[in-house]
Amino acid sequence: MTGDVLLELDHVTIQFGGLKAVADLTLQIGRGELVGLIGPNGAGKTTVFNLVTGVYAPTVGRMLFEGRPIQGMKPHAIAARGITRTFQNIRLFASRCCRDNVCIAAHQHARAGLADAILRTRRFEDDERDIQRRAGELLEILGLSAWADTPAAELPYGQQRRLEIARALAGRPRLLLLDEPAAGLNPQESDQLMRLIEDIRQRFHLTILLIEHDMRVVMGICRRIAVLDYGVKIAEGTPGQIRTDPRVIEAYLGEEVHADLGAGG
Amino acid sequence: MRRALWLAGVLVALVALNVALPRLLNPYLFQIVVLCGINVILAVSLNLVNGFTGQFSIGHAGFMALGAYGSAMFSLHVGQGWVAALEAGHVPGVVAEGFALLLALLVGGLLSALAGYLVGLPSLRLRGDYLAIVTLGFGEIIRVIITNVDAVGASRGLPGIPGWVNFFWVGLGVAAVIFLSLNLARSTHGRALFAIRDDEVAAEALGVDTTSYKVLAFVLGAFFAGVAGGLFAHYLSYLNPNSFTFLKSIEVIAMVVLGGLGSVSGAVLAAIVLTLLPEVLRPVKDYRMVLYSFMLIVLMITRPQGLLGNRELSLTWLTRRRRRAGAPSA
Repeated sequence: MTGDVLLELDHVTIQFGGLKAVADLTLQIGRGELVGLIGPNGAGKTTVFNLVTGVYAPTVGRMLFEGRPIQGMKPHAIAARGITRTFQNIRLFASRCCRDNVCIAAHQHARAGLADAILRTRRFEDDERDIQRRAGELLEILGLSAWADTPAAELPYGQQRRLEIARALAGRPRLLLLDEPAAGLNPQESDQLMRLIEDIRQRFHLTILLIEHDMRVVMGICRRIAVLDYGVKIAEGTPGQIRTDPRVIEAYLGEEVHADLGAGG
Repeated sequence: MRRALWLAGVLVALVALNVALPRLLNPYLFQIVVLCGINVILAVSLNLVNGFTGQFSIGHAGFMALGAYGSAMFSLHVGQGWVAALEAGHVPGVVAEGFALLLALLVGGLLSALAGYLVGLPSLRLRGDYLAIVTLGFGEIIRVIITNVDAVGASRGLPGIPGWVNFFWVGLGVAAVIFLSLNLARSTHGRALFAIRDDEVAAEALGVDTTSYKVLAFVLGAFFAGVAGGLFAHYLSYLNPNSFTFLKSIEVIAMVVLGGLGSVSGAVLAAIVLTLLPEVLRPVKDYRMVLYSFMLIVLMITRPQGLLGNRELSLTWLTRRRRRAGAPSA
C-alpha cells in the first residue's frame, strides 16, 4: 500500500445488544486500490459498509476518510464527502426511470436552489442540462442507454445491478463501495462485470472496496483482500496469500466456496 | 419572455373568467366551482407530502384551519382597517381589497407553514403509521383549541370575515400551487422527494438529506393548505371549527389517492370529481354518502394506481396515446 491512505478504519467495533457485529476492525485502503472484503454469510461485511456510509455509528473506534473523521456523520453528509455505495439487495428508486435514478444521485452537486427550480432560472436550466448530460454519459458507460426511460422496476435483473453502479457513480465518489455486484449474475455477466469494474476504476480514478461471494470475481480483480469471520478480521493479503491461509480455509470449511478457494491455490 | 406571456395569459384568463362565471352560473353552481378550486389547492398541496414524498400525513385539515383562522383574524383586526384607509385615499376598492386579501393569505399560509415546520421537525423522524398518528393528533389539537378559544369565536364560529374572495383569487391560488408542484417535480429537488418515497435508505446513501427534504415538503404542503384555508374563510365570510374535522383531512387524502399518488394533474382531476360527486348525487338524498363511498370503492378497485397513476396529463402524452390507439387499425 502506498502512503496515501484514503480510508482508514481504526479499531472499529459495533455492538448490537450482546452481539459484536464488527469487532476491533482495523483496515486501511490506499487511494486507487481495489480491495476485496470477503467472509462467510453473516460475517459482518455489509455491516462494515453500513458503518463506513454512516447508516450505523461505530460503538468504539475511529473512521477517517482523506484524513478527516467521518464517524457519527449522517449518510448524506458522508456521500457528499465522496463515498457512495451499491446495495446487496437492490434498492433502486423503482418507480423512476433509469435516467432519474442516476440524476437523483447527482443531486448533491446541483448548485441551483429551490427558488431557482420553481422559477426556472438560467442557473437551474444550466444545472439541469449538466445533470442530464452526465446521467446520459453514465448510462452509456454502463450500457444502459437503451433503458434510459424505463422505470427501474421493469429492468432485467442484470441491468438493475448495473444501474445501481451507475447511480453510485453519479455522486462523483472517490471511494465506491460495491456490495455483491455479481450476486445472481451468470458467468458471462460476471466476466463483463469484472471488466466494467476495472474500467470505471481507471476512468473515474476510483478507489473501490468490494464485497463479493463469487471467488472468481474477487480473486480475479482484487490485489488485496481482507477476510472477516464473526465480525473479526482473520486475514488480509494478496489473493495468493488468502487462498492458502489456514484460518480462511477453516472459516469457509464446509461451505461451497471452500472448494473454489482450494482449487485456486 | 415566454414565461411572461404565460403569466399574462393566465392573468387575463382569470380576469375574464372572474367577470364571466358569476354571470353564466347561478350562485349554487358558482359556489361549487369555487369550492372545487379550494379543494384542488388542498389536494395538490397534500400531494407534495403524501404523493411526492411518500409521507402519510392525515392532518391537512389542521393546516387548513390554521390558515383560515389566521388570515381571518388578520383581516378582521388589521386588513379591514387598511382597506378603509386606502379607500379613503382614493385607491380603488378592488385594488385595496386585493392587496389586503393577498396579505391575509400570506399570513395564513406562513402561519400554517410555521406549524408544519414545528410539527415536521421532530415527527418526520417517524415513519409510516407513526407519522400518521402524530399528524392526526396535530389536526385534532388545532380543532379543539379553536373550539375553545373565545377570541376566535370558539364553537359558535367566527362571523363577519370580509368576503374579498372572488374567482380570480381562487384561480390564482390554483395556478400557483400547480405551477410550483410541476416545476418542483421536474427538478433535482423533486427527484429527491421521489427518491425518498421510493427508498429512503438509498436516497440518504446517495446524498439526499432526507430529513430536510421531508420537512420541506411538509412546510410547502402546509403553506398551501393555509392559503386554501384563507380563501375558504374570505369566500364564506364565516368559519366554524366543524369544517376542519378529521373527515376533511380524509376527504383530501381520498382526492390524492384517487388521483394517483404523485400525479399533480391526477390530484386536480380527483379534487374536482370528489367535489362534484356529492352534489351530483343530491337527488338520491339519504343514500348520497352510501353511493359516494360505494363509487370510491369501485374506483379504487378498478384503478388501484389512481386515475392517472404516476403520470401527468400532458398534450404529448395524449397525442401519443391517440396515435398508439390508432396504430393497429392503420
